[in-house]
Amino acid sequence: MAEAAIKPLTLNFGPQHPAAHGVLRLVLEMDGEVIERADPHIGLLHRGTEKLIEYKTYLQAVPYFDRLDYVSPMNQEHAFALATEKLLGIQVPPRAQYIRVLFSELTRIANHLLNITTFALDVGAMTPLLWGFEEREKIMEFYERVSGARLHSAYFRPGGVHQDLPAGLLDDIGRFCESFPKVIDDLEDLLTGNRIFLQRTVDIGVVPVETALDWGFTGPMLRGSGVPWDLRRAQPYECYDQLDFQIPVGKSGDCFDRYLVRMEEMRQSLRIIEQCIEKMPDGPVMVENQKITPPRRGEMKRSMEALIHHFKLYTEGYHVPPGETYTAVEAPKGEFAVYLVSDGSNRPYKCKIRAPGFAHLAAMDHLCRGHMLADSVAILGSMDIVFGEVDR
Amino acid sequence: MTDFWSGYAWPFAIIVAQIMAIVVPLLVAVAYLTYAERKVIAAIQLRKGPNVVGPFGLLQPFADGLKLLFKETILPAGANRIVFLAAPILTFALAMVAWAVIPVAEGWVIADINVGILFLFAISSLGVYGVIMAGWASNSKYPFLGALRSAAQMVSYEVSMGFVIITVLLCVGSLRLTDIVLAQQTVWFAIPLLPMFVIFFVSVLAETNRAPFDLPEGESELVAGYFVEYSAMSFALFFLGEYANMILMSAITTILFLGGWLPPLDIVPFNWLPGIVWFALKVALVLFCFLWVRATFPRYRYDQLMRLGWKVFLPFTLVWVVLTAGVLVTFDWLPQ
Repeated sequence: MAEAAIKPLTLNFGPQHPAAHGVLRLVLEMDGEVIERADPHIGLLHRGTEKLIEYKTYLQAVPYFDRLDYVSPMNQEHAFALATEKLLGIQVPPRAQYIRVLFSELTRIANHLLNITTFALDVGAMTPLLWGFEEREKIMEFYERVSGARLHSAYFRPGGVHQDLPAGLLDDIGRFCESFPKVIDDLEDLLTGNRIFLQRTVDIGVVPVETALDWGFTGPMLRGSGVPWDLRRAQPYECYDQLDFQIPVGKSGDCFDRYLVRMEEMRQSLRIIEQCIEKMPDGPVMVENQKITPPRRGEMKRSMEALIHHFKLYTEGYHVPPGETYTAVEAPKGEFAVYLVSDGSNRPYKCKIRAPGFAHLAAMDHLCRGHMLADSVAILGSMDIVFGEVDR
Repeated sequence: MTDFWSGYAWPFAIIVAQIMAIVVPLLVAVAYLTYAERKVIAAIQLRKGPNVVGPFGLLQPFADGLKLLFKETILPAGANRIVFLAAPILTFALAMVAWAVIPVAEGWVIADINVGILFLFAISSLGVYGVIMAGWASNSKYPFLGALRSAAQMVSYEVSMGFVIITVLLCVGSLRLTDIVLAQQTVWFAIPLLPMFVIFFVSVLAETNRAPFDLPEGESELVAGYFVEYSAMSFALFFLGEYANMILMSAITTILFLGGWLPPLDIVPFNWLPGIVWFALKVALVLFCFLWVRATFPRYRYDQLMRLGWKVFLPFTLVWVVLTAGVLVTFDWLPQ
């Protein structure tokens, strides 16, 4: 009798699936519960951000970065602001640098809180999610107090940050830093030593160092495999070289190591925040160059020149000298970079965005092969995918 | 005519009344179990839970029930209609039928048959058919995978549950549930048979598809598992069946290990309370553990669950059966 070919079970995982982390469509070919091939289909959240930015002034482009990885908006504004500043050849004042670092790290905590807790939810533990979101809410409130928006803050702008910190905010962030370690400990109590959690994450989705480098992994995905590569340390930007923090790395590169790396990064971020609060210098929060940053409101009432500057800035915007730059920051998910080309006009000639999640998701098939269906969910959760940045 | 009344109509009316006396409180208990679940898990998760419908949200279960009642029952185009509709009915009916033999207090039982525990075991084993039928009849991939998982899971855990029950039966010498309870007058079996009690509780979690063994409906992989395609009342019947099964299994745990309706100590303040209250309290305690576990633990993976069932529980219970039998024979403690 001739052998009949057995057709694998094709399972359409998403785009409307509770564990798809947004709009991932994963076409799984399975042999029973074992995955033989995982084919991620992306593009369901494509909005043409990069092209849209070519038709906006540099200031108008900022909010698009909030909407890429909407879980860590400020880090991405940061990359764009740094790129633009590099082309403009300006250096932001120290107070702005510290505020940027402070909020970048708050964002990192917010991002990791979301990732760790939804990862726990993906493997079936639902309580961490609710505990983590309680804290995330506090961070969102800090966002709101500093920028007026909870999510899409448009706070880091080329030339500095939009507004100075409101009175009392630093004290409240300081109090948050005191209470938050307790929450991390509670989350660890629920997850780190839990045998079921260990069974679900240890040796699942192992990424050896070479694989991680070959696939262009960055951030916790790379550090989980044991490579101590962190742009904050490797290519310090802003005032990171004046701050004391450590880079946690994993050993085996499995889902559990990535979870541990993120947990420790939250603690390190707290350290950075505490140092920022302590060292926060006085001074302006924007470059005092009225060709790039708007004049003070009071000045506009008195000075005709300031009024003209304001008008020109908010209609035409500023012209950026011709040039190109690849500027990267260590976003919570990995290396987030902007490749910005200027032709001397008031709009970017080209703005290519390097999203870390895109490279991670590309390895989905590689990581899932041979694992079980339930593991694919754990692997996806540990990758920290947000579709805003993958699909752009 | 008198023959008809005394021979058929009157006994029939009594049976119906007895059934009602069990089923109505049971359904109310199911309704409030869903409420309790939401409240308990909410408390663990620092939330409030339902608090809008009625005082403290106490009418929430009825609001949910009404909502499900008035929704449209959707029949998927590719589904096998008869099996698709029969599956939830079967699940629900089986969850109800088992209560016929549960003694909720001394003598308060519809049918005190002398093979009560076997009857319960048979009924709970049949429960898997509802799930398999639902998964197959839906003609869709997620329910199908869920049903396959469920079948494998329920079968695996029944084996070790069987051995646990055998150890209890060795100590009792009767299959009648009332006798099992009365045999615990000196000490509840949870104490001498503590490891068996733990294994039984864990197996019960697996048997009722509750977290951390809720693979057949594993939300993060299978969306809702075998009842993905169900809506409205057909879904509600599954839901009611699942929760009635939880209560049933808690009742069995209470009867086998926690002394059924017996008070913890047969002394004055305790034995004032009627047996049914003790029974309900113990069932509630076990149910609380169900909810507590659900809020605390991640979910097992399919193969890990199988390993736990076959490679850990089965050998362990088997050894314990031999051990119990050996101890009983050696010390001549065998029940007469």
